[in-house]
Amino acid sequence: MIEDAKINDAIIAVLDLRVRYGEREVLHGINFDVRRYETLVILGGSGSGKSTLLRTLVGLEKPSAGEIWVKGKNIAQIPLGEMDEIRKKLGMSFQGGALFGSLTVGENVALPLREHTQLEDSTIQIIVRLKLEQVGLAGFEEYMPSQLSGGMKKRAAVARAMAMDPEILCFDEPSAGLDPIIAAGIDNLIVKLKKAFRMTIVVVTHELASAFLIADRMVLIDKGNIMAIGTPEELRASAHPRVRQFLDRVPEPEVTEELDYLQMLTEERPPRRS
Amino acid sequence: MAVTVRVGRATLSGLAYVGGLARLGGRAAYFTFIGPFRGRALRLERAVHQAMAVGVEALPILSLITFFIGVILALQGAYELRKFGALHYVSSAVAISMTRELGPLMTAIVVIGRSGSAFAAEIGTMKVTEEIDALQTMALDPIQFLVTPKFLAMFVMLPCLTTWADLMGILGGALFGVTNAGFTFTGYLRATLDALYLRDISSGLIKSIMFGMTITAVGCHEGFSVGAGAEEVGRSTTAAVVMSIFLVIAVDLVFTALFYFLSPK
Ligand SMILES: Nc1ncnc2c1ncn2[C@@H]1O[C@H](COP(=O)(O)OP(=O)(O)O)[C@@H](O)[C@H]1O
Ligand SMILES: [Mg+2]
Repeated sequence: MIEDAKINDAIIAVLDLRVRYGEREVLHGINFDVRRYETLVILGGSGSGKSTLLRTLVGLEKPSAGEIWVKGKNIAQIPLGEMDEIRKKLGMSFQGGALFGSLTVGENVALPLREHTQLEDSTIQIIVRLKLEQVGLAGFEEYMPSQLSGGMKKRAAVARAMAMDPEILCFDEPSAGLDPIIAAGIDNLIVKLKKAFRMTIVVVTHELASAFLIADRMVLIDKGNIMAIGTPEELRASAHPRVRQFLDRVPEPEVTEELDYLQMLTEERPPRRS
Repeated sequence: MAVTVRVGRATLSGLAYVGGLARLGGRAAYFTFIGPFRGRALRLERAVHQAMAVGVEALPILSLITFFIGVILALQGAYELRKFGALHYVSSAVAISMTRELGPLMTAIVVIGRSGSAFAAEIGTMKVTEEIDALQTMALDPIQFLVTPKFLAMFVMLPCLTTWADLMGILGGALFGVTNAGFTFTGYLRATLDALYLRDISSGLIKSIMFGMTITAVGCHEGFSVGAGAEEVGRSTTAAVVMSIFLVIAVDLVFTALFYFLSPK
């Protein structure tokens, strides 16, 4: 009953989620939820499983255990047809943009509208222009993705993700691989979208500054486990040693890393100490 | 012992591979024949676009190759036939080997090189750049969107290309026939028509359709098997070419044997 209440309150609820690639488990029992109309940032070092978590939320990876409730449906269990209905109201912006190289920017944004709606072509053109304007790419309809810079590609990808007026918008590393000025521009875009539209936004990033700029709440993830959940203020005030280490950007001491490595190599039998 | 284990394993993985191809083909067939009745539009304009790339753009190189093959067949045939003073049979030798075997086969080889490898590279690259994932998150089925148009295009274009290849091969044979075997051009063509049965042409065309399906399935399957790295795209393209050539020859053997045992004596 308590769990039911939690599911209804949240637009996404993740319960004891485990994901594995082959033999190797990457997420070891994740619990959190995303509230309607909030901006949640999933923060963590590289290789901690952030992308895997986001890909599982949008149904690209199958969980090996656990539940993911999106708008009251457990997407770990539902058939593909129902998943597609959820996906039509879910936008995803991939790390590299993932624009279709054979289509122009305008056609990229128009694609979901052409495929999923009965709108007139002239209406679609207007929506495309509007969406590109919202991300600061007005007038770039006829460009091919290969003619755009990294930052512009990400903006175009956001325009495409927003084409169907999604309820949930997801970003994988929106500012990774961009120079600081362009990256700040993307952060501002997310803040702008968050203010202008009633959307739930989930952002995966490893950049502290942009995380604190855009987040309503944050989930800190480390090696496939959740380390902390809270508002930016709560996290800043946290005394948890691993959280502090991450937020204060203390590098992992080399020695522990080597010990970890040794331990990994000799998993079952710890090295004998003299 | 070890040998039998290894043979067994190779057989199993071979069967699994063919199973993968069949699954892909089955899904594409679903989206072609059943999907449209369940509100999933068939992408004809994408198929036409593919057909241009697969078919029309292959015509120059295919014409040249099969014309040469026609001349070569005539030369090789004549080498043996003139011993028996049967040089006038060169037209039927060329016509039958071209329509029954080399027309479909050479077309398949050209299409593997041009299109089978391109299918693997296109889908493999889309896999690496997460474009396939993007399709899925937009509720678009990658098979319906990318693979079905390719099957359709190949299904239509391979028989067309093969017919053209047959014709060019026969013209190649005619070049030899007119210059070296005392035929007139119309005489050569008439001799060709007399020698050919409809089943020679139709068996070649049926084979060409099977080749087209094989090439598409292998190319797309190899593309989808690309993991995360860009270097895997190169591997998958090579694998698509090698595997397609092997499977096309295997399919050729099966169907040729079938036609041999089924044809009237
Ligand atoms: N497709 C995959 N197959 C196997 N292992 C993978 C795959 N994708 C990611 N991994 C592994 O899972 C772990 C988490 O990866 P990822 O979720 O991409 O981390 P992050 O996005 O936080 O950098 C990494 O160790 C990575 O090597
Ligand atoms: Mg990542």
